[in-house]
Amino acid sequence: MSGVVLATVSGLVAQTSGGSNPSGCAIGKAGDSVSGLCRAANSLHISVAYSAILPVLILSIGGLVLLAVSAVLPKRIYPGLYPVLSTVVGGVSLVASVWQWYNVPGHGQGMVEIGGQIFFDHFAVLFAILVSVAVILSSIASDSYLRREGLDGVEAYVLILMSGTGAVLMAESASLISLFLGLEIMSIALYVMAAYHRRRAESGEAGLKYFLLGSFSSAIFLYGIALVYGATGSTELVLIANHLATNVLSNGGVLLAGMALLIVGLGFKVAAVPFHLWTPDVYQGSPTPFTGYMAAVAKAAGFAGLLRVLDQGLLTQQTDWRPVIWVITVLTLVIGSVLAIASRDLKRMLAYSSVSQAGYVLVGVQAATGTGKSAALFYLFTYTFIVIGSFAVVDAIQGQGESRSTIWAVRGLSRRQPLLAAAMLVLLLAQAGVPFTSGFLGKFYVIQAAVGQGQYYLAVIAMLTAAVAAFFYLRVALLMYSSGVPAVAATTPPAPEPSGSTGDLPYGDAGEPTDVGVPAERVGAASAMTTTGLAAGAVPSEGGLATPARAGGASALDVEAEEDVFAAGLAPVPGLDPETADRASALDAAAGDPPYVSSTNAMVIFISVAFTIAAGVSSFAVDFAKAATTLF
Amino acid sequence: MKTTGLPILNIIVFLPLAGAIICLLLPSASWSSTSLRRSSWSTGRPAPAPGPVSTLGPAGIVGLVVALLELAFVIFLVIDYPTSGHAAGFQFVSRHSWIGAFGIDWSLGVDGISLFLVAMTALLFPIAMFGPTLRGNSRAFMGWMLLLEAACMGTFLSLDLFVFFVMFEITLVPGYFLVAGWGGARRNYAAMKFFIYTFAGSAFLFVAIIALVVLAAPRNGGHQTFDLITLARIAGSLPHADQVLIFCGFAVAFAVKIPLVPFHSWLPDTYTEAPTAGSMILAGILFKLGAYGLLRLGIYVVPVGAADMAPVLLTLAAVGIVYGSLITIMQKDLKRLVAYASIVDVAFIVLGFFAFSSQGVTGGVLEMVNHGLTTGAIFFLVGIVWERRGTLRFSDLGGLQKSMPIMAAVFLAVVMSAIGLPGLNGFVGEFLVLVGTFATHRWWAVVATVAVITAAVYMLWAYQRVFHGPVLNPANDAVADISWRELAVVAPLLVGIVFLGVYPRPFLERVTPSVNYLLDRVEQAAPNAHVPKTHNVTYSLPANQDVRGGPPGAAGAASASGSGGAGSGGSSGSVPSAAGSTPGSATASAGGSK
Repeated sequence: MSGVVLATVSGLVAQTSGGSNPSGCAIGKAGDSVSGLCRAANSLHISVAYSAILPVLILSIGGLVLLAVSAVLPKRIYPGLYPVLSTVVGGVSLVASVWQWYNVPGHGQGMVEIGGQIFFDHFAVLFAILVSVAVILSSIASDSYLRREGLDGVEAYVLILMSGTGAVLMAESASLISLFLGLEIMSIALYVMAAYHRRRAESGEAGLKYFLLGSFSSAIFLYGIALVYGATGSTELVLIANHLATNVLSNGGVLLAGMALLIVGLGFKVAAVPFHLWTPDVYQGSPTPFTGYMAAVAKAAGFAGLLRVLDQGLLTQQTDWRPVIWVITVLTLVIGSVLAIASRDLKRMLAYSSVSQAGYVLVGVQAATGTGKSAALFYLFTYTFIVIGSFAVVDAIQGQGESRSTIWAVRGLSRRQPLLAAAMLVLLLAQAGVPFTSGFLGKFYVIQAAVGQGQYYLAVIAMLTAAVAAFFYLRVALLMYSSGVPAVAATTPPAPEPSGSTGDLPYGDAGEPTDVGVPAERVGAASAMTTTGLAAGAVPSEGGLATPARAGGASALDVEAEEDVFAAGLAPVPGLDPETADRASALDAAAGDPPYVSSTNAMVIFISVAFTIAAGVSSFAVDFAKAATTLF
Repeated sequence: MKTTGLPILNIIVFLPLAGAIICLLLPSASWSSTSLRRSSWSTGRPAPAPGPVSTLGPAGIVGLVVALLELAFVIFLVIDYPTSGHAAGFQFVSRHSWIGAFGIDWSLGVDGISLFLVAMTALLFPIAMFGPTLRGNSRAFMGWMLLLEAACMGTFLSLDLFVFFVMFEITLVPGYFLVAGWGGARRNYAAMKFFIYTFAGSAFLFVAIIALVVLAAPRNGGHQTFDLITLARIAGSLPHADQVLIFCGFAVAFAVKIPLVPFHSWLPDTYTEAPTAGSMILAGILFKLGAYGLLRLGIYVVPVGAADMAPVLLTLAAVGIVYGSLITIMQKDLKRLVAYASIVDVAFIVLGFFAFSSQGVTGGVLEMVNHGLTTGAIFFLVGIVWERRGTLRFSDLGGLQKSMPIMAAVFLAVVMSAIGLPGLNGFVGEFLVLVGTFATHRWWAVVATVAVITAAVYMLWAYQRVFHGPVLNPANDAVADISWRELAVVAPLLVGIVFLGVYPRPFLERVTPSVNYLLDRVEQAAPNAHVPKTHNVTYSLPANQDVRGGPPGAAGAASASGSGGAGSGGSSGSVPSAAGSTPGSATASAGGSK
């Protein structure tokens, strides 16, 4: 790892050895004079503007320091040291980013620094802040997971810091070369992180899959760079934009091909359909806190690159790329939502959910306006908290060895862990886009951007897929707030006291003429499954009863929905035996401990939920995202 | 514009919210004693004696105090609301910047139309919260109900489209959990269907609101704003097609929420599976959100679109009336019957709105309130029957009058209100709607009159099958009559039903200025909308005149007959035709109109 970083730094230094203007090159309206200035600056011998790459330096050097410390200290003498150090590095990087935010050169307009390789503008700084936050949260969240799984050590945190380095570099990059460097630094660290759980076969599979497909996409991306360079004569985004603005390409085919390959490469990173096929497997197999980190950072960095390339380098070609992104957006929205309905694994469902969330960011991207960009930034920034928090909750639910990972594992969570269930509810509602969460404002913002461009159809499609997506988020919520184990019914005599919720009417019988009803066979299937669940719950009924008592009472939000979730209109999935899954999870829920939420995990979840609500009811995050688009 | 030192509208919105948060923070009651009830597995069987009843508990006390305090504030608001003729605009307006980057304000205001919906909400919530027997987790129940109340109040009072949408959407969450948590056997299915349907409908509302705001921004000096009044002012200058499309977006969303007939299939499931309290609130208040939105966003903001699409909506309403009536007659289950009957009632409301006559719209607003009172009462009484008997199928019931005579009397009174018996509230609203529609859209009114007959058929037949006849099922022999507590709970609704039936003037004199103001907008924006000139008659009558809901009838008669508008306009202010007081004069008045 350190070799990669050293290569990066030395590469940067080598690129800038020609020197650069200490004040950088202002990005003005007059493109010609700017490019002239930059070329002139490159020929002089001037030092590197370190302030522009402060977060990159801090994160990468922090990673190296962690490695050095682990080499000096005896093995495993301070198990809690590395997460603390990693968090501190993230914190320092956050402070540096905030300092950068208030010290963006060029009167807040941004500068090109370090030989045309690095942008120093609010856009880059926003992503530096985002990545720093993600590093902090993930370092905290990973600790309990890694210790529980016996994987603790320095390597995980070094990998987090290194991939963070790459992500920030991607967001800062002013040329396709540094963009590719950042992409590779981030990706290689993420490949290792995906495969980090050495005793889980799924983790190894995830790592291998991610690595193979990711390498292909990197190669495609690199080829795209070559073609764009061939078409425009430069890899620097500003120069590409100037070239395209001032010249008419006699044959645009090379540029179009290059553009397409760049979109493929970055589309892979953001998991846009049809480049999303790796997502469910990798998200499912990766260690859970790393999945959250991956979903937040890789997606954000990918979108940063996409926005840089499309909105900055190739903005003049937007008539070419906007239809392409439009199609990708619609596919991403629809397929992400629909496939999530079919998935029965929590992490897999969240993976498809992240695909569909990427669709909303793409709605902002394809608008290609200032509103669209700030909407995408707002969405990414708020999604970081949502997704890291969600995976932290999933981590707590899963338990040792990620054994409880189907959606049935959350059944009755409100009894066993009311606060955890409430937090998950907020995060799920935020992803569904319910008002008073940041997710709603994010959707509002991107739809506004789309409508501002007259994209009414896209806006309607996006909102309708939100309704589709609401189904699988609510399904989890419903399970959380239904009772844990159907134990009492099994222990009661054959003529049980009928349940007592008010208005608990016997309307479920299939003979009732209904306007739009569940097909009779499905109701039958549901009752059959219910019976199976009963039988399964009969054995551990004492445990099931004892659990709520131990948990100290029901949640304030607790509702009582006993029947099987299939009664909510779900058809059993072919290939997956729901009875078995249900029984297994029922046994789990009864026999296993209630989800153990470590204090560190609780902190991450609390921060995520607090931010999600705060950003949903007030305007600070909107103003923040809006300010970050001033460069454009 | 009237203001007051007290930020009363903010109090009305935030008080239930605060109550909900308090309920959330309360220590959990010993839930094992209140909600250790499981086993709804035997869903096919009737459940005559449901599980243990929750005690009120600390959360119940908080809920009771908050709901009654809220009611007190709303009563204060209704009394304080100005009744002079110049009170057409929004009163008690409160405006604060919320999300400046988007031009979103937190702005609330009330006019004659929303005033009574707010009043109905404040009245119905305490009844729904404490009337039906509560089982399960009372803390969560109270929390969700108070949250729902806050959201409903916010929807009715908002003067900012963003606030409106946010509040409109957030009602889904407590609604969902109330149905899923305390509902019947297929509650999860019903709750999910309810949420997805309305969420999908809201997609169009969402896009339409944003489209309106984005399109209006250049005409507002480049400032984006979500302010209802500003947008209503600007919207008229938008291209015609845009206005129509924006209206269509609104209409789809609200048609799902209301629900109008092609979008109604979530309603029977949801209403039937919801707990008694949930049905009361869903039927009484939640679909008024849709109807109110149609009026406030649809007709008020984009009158051109409303005028263009009026034939479509009128037709949907007429179809809904006929189709809904026929389906309702077919029902074999009392609660499902009441649910389908709601479809007919809401179709009447929409019919009145899009008649674009003063009587029609006023009647529609009155029908909204009527339906809240009547359906709330019916669902409550149906809940009582279910509590006692554990079934609501007509084949299992019959002859209940022998064992529960008082119940039968109360039920009959409410049923009469639903049918539209003169002297009760249902008649005034239905009559105004029909007269108003006849004045402008004759044949639609003729079709809609079918409902007057069919309503009697299904309601009276239902009453007959439940309460009359021989006791064939021995379980119907010894059923406890309605208790004093239940009688006390339903009494305010009965008082409202009778009061609005015999003396609707306090209602009309507050509503009519706002309605006329609304129709003036429609007429200015779309002169071809067939707004009869007589609608300009003001109903802000001198205080000493004793007029009982007559003027609208008289005015409608005048416009319908087409005889000199001046004469009828002059007489409408003073002629007490007493449309609502006696059957005889009502038929006379109706006959005179033809």
